[in-house]
Amino acid sequence: MPDILYFAWLRDRLGRERETLTLPSDVTHVRDLVRLLHDRGGEYGEIFSRPELVRVAVNQSFATLGDRVRPDDEIAFFPPVTGG
Amino acid sequence: MSRISVRVQTAPFDPTHESTLLLAGQSGIGAVASFTGLVRGDGGLKALELEHYPGMTESMMTRIAESAMTRFALSGCTVIHRVGRLEVGAPIVLVLCASAHRSTAFQAVEFVMDWLKSRAPFWKKEEFMDGRIQWVQPREQDAQSLRRWGEGDA
Repeated sequence: MPDILYFAWLRDRLGRERETLTLPSDVTHVRDLVRLLHDRGGEYGEIFSRPELVRVAVNQSFATLGDRVRPDDEIAFFPPVTGG
Repeated sequence: MSRISVRVQTAPFDPTHESTLLLAGQSGIGAVASFTGLVRGDGGLKALELEHYPGMTESMMTRIAESAMTRFALSGCTVIHRVGRLEVGAPIVLVLCASAHRSTAFQAVEFVMDWLKSRAPFWKKEEFMDGRIQWVQPREQDAQSLRRWGEGDA
């Protein structure tokens, strides 16, 4: 089961920093996972309907909507970075 | 021996000490360029709270440093980024690049900073004198800075 991590204001708004999710069989790519989270509605619905606000990493590398997700992946959602 | 040193820490850093470590035992270095980023007290800012993604941060910083080593034929590269609560005036980030000649050392420091700002998973929350708290929004200028180094990843 993948771990989903949330950082910065995404975590604040969703009220959690991590969750473990059993992926339905039709969730094979980041795009599918974003749709699944969006369909929860509420804050999830608002955040995941605006992909320009959200960046994603799979196993600690930047990823895009077209990348695969697998059951043991670590998937993180966060805002564009502002370090330095 | 690896001449890349990458760290994420809450404690302050000492640029002189880090420079000494970087140069130890090397004789072909003609230049060390250094950048220290500070918390700037604009618009009534009191402090920044810096958060990061442990694990991914270190691996992205290492990739950026490796990329600078190759691209500018560096002899060494040190990148230290602080996290936690940092008040106005506090140092946030240190980049040291050592090279045979000054031009590549200067360029490499800018390269590392541009990539850090856009690819290393850090986030800043601003705390103002009047009690307001807000997350820093990314700047389009940072993405543009990256473009001058050409396409591709760090």
